[in-house]
Amino acid sequence: MLDANARTSRDAKLPLLEVKNVSQNYLTGSGEKGPAVLDNVSLSLKPDEIVGLLGRSGCGKSSLLRIVAGLARPAGGDVSYLGQPVDGPVDGVAMVFQSFALFPWLSVLANVELGLRAKRIPQAEARRRALKAIDLIGLDGFESAFPKELSGGMRQRVGFARALVVHPNILLMDEPFSALDVLTAETLRTDLLDLWVEGRMPIKSILMVTHNIEEAVLMCDRIIVLASNPGRIAAEIHVGLQHPRNRLDPEFRQLVDKIYALMTKRAEPAPHGRESVFPGLGLAMALPRISTNTLAGMIEEIAAEPYLGRADLPALADSLQMEIDELFPVGETLQLLRFAEIEEGDIKLTPAGRRFADAEVDVRKKLFGDHLLAYLPLAARIRLVLDDRPTHTARAIRFLGELEDYMSEEYAERTLKSVVNWGRYGELFAYDEASETFSLENPQ
Amino acid sequence: MASRFVAFTSLGRKALPNQYDLIAFALIFGVFVAMAQVSGGLTLPIAAPESTAISLDYGHLPYYALRTTLRMFAAIAASLVFTFVYATLAAKSAHAALVLVPLLDVLQSVPILGFLAFTVTFFLGLFPGSILGVECAAVFAIFTSQAWNMAFSFYQSLRNVPRDLIEVSRGFQLSSWQRFWQLEAPFAMPALIWNMMMSMSGGWFFVVASEAIAVGDTTINLPGIGSYLAVAIEHRRIDAVIAAIVAVFVVILAYDQFLFRPLVAFGARFRVELSAGQNVEKSWVAQVFARTHWLRVLMRGPAQILKAISLLRLELPGRHRALSQQNPRLSRVMDALWLILIALAALWASWLIVDYVRQELSWADLGQSVLYTLFTMARVIALMILATLLWVPVGVWIGLRPALAEKVQPLAQFLAAFPANVIFPVAVVLILKFSLNPDIWLSFLIVFGTQWYILFNVIAGASAFPNDLKEAVANFRIRGWDWWRSVIIPAIFPYYVTGALTASGGSWNAAIVAEYVKWGDDTISAHGIGAYIAKATADGDYPKIVLGVAVMSIFVIMFNRLLWRPLFGLAEKRLRLD
Repeated sequence: MLDANARTSRDAKLPLLEVKNVSQNYLTGSGEKGPAVLDNVSLSLKPDEIVGLLGRSGCGKSSLLRIVAGLARPAGGDVSYLGQPVDGPVDGVAMVFQSFALFPWLSVLANVELGLRAKRIPQAEARRRALKAIDLIGLDGFESAFPKELSGGMRQRVGFARALVVHPNILLMDEPFSALDVLTAETLRTDLLDLWVEGRMPIKSILMVTHNIEEAVLMCDRIIVLASNPGRIAAEIHVGLQHPRNRLDPEFRQLVDKIYALMTKRAEPAPHGRESVFPGLGLAMALPRISTNTLAGMIEEIAAEPYLGRADLPALADSLQMEIDELFPVGETLQLLRFAEIEEGDIKLTPAGRRFADAEVDVRKKLFGDHLLAYLPLAARIRLVLDDRPTHTARAIRFLGELEDYMSEEYAERTLKSVVNWGRYGELFAYDEASETFSLENPQ
Repeated sequence: MASRFVAFTSLGRKALPNQYDLIAFALIFGVFVAMAQVSGGLTLPIAAPESTAISLDYGHLPYYALRTTLRMFAAIAASLVFTFVYATLAAKSAHAALVLVPLLDVLQSVPILGFLAFTVTFFLGLFPGSILGVECAAVFAIFTSQAWNMAFSFYQSLRNVPRDLIEVSRGFQLSSWQRFWQLEAPFAMPALIWNMMMSMSGGWFFVVASEAIAVGDTTINLPGIGSYLAVAIEHRRIDAVIAAIVAVFVVILAYDQFLFRPLVAFGARFRVELSAGQNVEKSWVAQVFARTHWLRVLMRGPAQILKAISLLRLELPGRHRALSQQNPRLSRVMDALWLILIALAALWASWLIVDYVRQELSWADLGQSVLYTLFTMARVIALMILATLLWVPVGVWIGLRPALAEKVQPLAQFLAAFPANVIFPVAVVLILKFSLNPDIWLSFLIVFGTQWYILFNVIAGASAFPNDLKEAVANFRIRGWDWWRSVIIPAIFPYYVTGALTASGGSWNAAIVAEYVKWGDDTISAHGIGAYIAKATADGDYPKIVLGVAVMSIFVIMFNRLLWRPLFGLAEKRLRLD
């Protein structure tokens, strides 16, 4: 058990971990290097700090974490741990997973012991350390239980115990609380912070990935905000608040608002000619999978009381119980289709958005379709091809192929599915799932 | 004093073996004694009269049943080893997979029964003069009916290991050996156990067919139920045939209860799922062993040793590689070279076959074998349609009644495990008696053993039909043809395809036995590729065997590719209820 003071005094200058100019690319459908996921990211982790990587999905934060853990190799740049280059998983770095990633056939004790036994640590010693970790993390009495008997919170505690038992210098956490319900997540956060503040965990630093702004402000000493397309460091924020932090503290709120504003800032006028909020330009834009009901619901919510056309994003997130990972893509889709504008942490309906909110179903669909054609190049392209051809039909594979020139297979499929759904709602075209064909006719 | 008394009894209770220990010990020692009995007969010289003489005395049946069972287990052990090595290689090396996976696909479709003549000759040469050679041939025949399935299932499991669990094991730097035993093998366990069960059922069919082997002039009867049956047929002893049927029945029941129920119960813990399963597999044998005291203490030692072995690092020197990034262009060139190499090897192999067959046979033989295969195919298709028309309504009717389904389902699975060829002589007697047309009536034997796969899969599908959909259907009063067409057929379709695929594969194999059946000196045969192969085997006409099996394999593969694969794709994509 390390004393908090002793921890800070020694080697406070020497970074535990250095990430220098790391970049990473998607693999496109044909296995070629695709667009960048991470672009020139550098950061360092010093002893005795919790650093948060904050960003929305697709900003490469999980990729970055896996590169740090030695589970993936960057396309460019270097990672070094205690001065040694990382070219594979290293001792001294342990990871906690969003999905817990427990072995369902091993008991709690065996799950925790596994990392030690794999390294040929004698059984008695392994057992002693495992029991200690289990005790520390509050799992006493559950040693012989199997993961499927445990609740989510208890499972994640096993995840923590399993990572701590190998006495890592760095604890990596990949959205460790996002698979838990609100109350459980809060308890677990508090317990973890207590152990950290009291210096009872055998670790020096924590690097955590999150898409929850409040969580980041609550836990981290330093927050690195990642911007998307491609992932790069947008800002670094020091959080000077003392633990335990109070979410209602004005300073806390201010910080949260500031980060919201930062994360919704319009991308600077296009360094590479980009103007859209989504990765890629024109056809190459990767779209999120959002239902038209969600879009319509969001427009209605903003149009109604108490927002009346202009909503503060943190407040909106709070009242809709949405994480930024869900909220931002919705807002950005609305922005892309010119139904809303996002600025300074606020979302504001455009006149078109207001008209949409007031209209009947058929008018809404017409309006939506018009905006799709005007502002979504892929939708316009599909419609153009259909109009041009005498048969008025086109195979989906044709567009998929085009998309895969710019993005991974997975993203291409998701993008096309989104366009299919939106286009169907806007009655731009029909799509037959069985034959994977676009057409202009409605099914008989 | 009182407290000490309590302490004493509780201590005593713990130390003494309990009633479950007794049951368990009885079971275990029974197995030991049986194995000792059997192993004596294994290494006898082939000339010794007791090695291959089969007595139709009922009293010998238990011994024969044991010999047969032991053969089955030898085969399943070999299949397991094969599965671990073959599937792991295929899953770990992209280059190996390029060859191994299609090869497995083909092997699955080849009617190995047709090759019996070759394998017997091969193994006899390996152990000249000893019964062990014939034993090996029989075990190999069973092996070929089990291994491909199991390897395929294992390969697919290995490909689907959850990514986060792989990352954990890499993060903890588990060696390949450790990862295999800690992650991959456990993850694959439930599917593997299920496939073992299915394969074991398939194995029965082969063991009956392969124990009594007649190749040309040589006839060898291995002591076992299959030989007993063969001798009974030769002597036209219908009572002995029935005795054999009973014996098979008992053995299947026993290994189901003593081996597979406990295994399935054990395998359930390896399922990767978020919550505890709703229907828990139960096995009284597993429960007996779980409640023993002494036995559990005794097992602790071996369990520790196994655990220690699974945690050895066993790293190959020089294989400890960090994440490497390969030059994509170089690796593509390597891929191309590898493909060319494979293509050359395949060409060479086909040339060997053609060359071998060409020496003895003419184009007319090829035409004849193709024609016969078409006959057999017509038979398989017709019978599959008949079985479908019969069992789909029955299965749906049963499956929608949960209480009934629970009782019928084990029965259907049992019937699928029962080797239908044991029943064949009875059918022959009937055909002879009423002088029926063998071309029609022998056909029924083809699906006799395999139709149950359709039944129990349809039952499973209908049982899984969600209750809210049932209520919606009742609410909208969907009935009659509409109900079949838009409700229940789409709902059971994925299950039906699974069952029908298994059934059709089994039927092709069964054709070799079913189209050419004997009763004493009478031989009944239908026109078909199965009879063609069987007759060639009886005559020792090797080129014809090769030709027949090759043509049949090609048809089976086409059948699978052109019919079942697309149906499977449709079921996967459109009609899944989850």
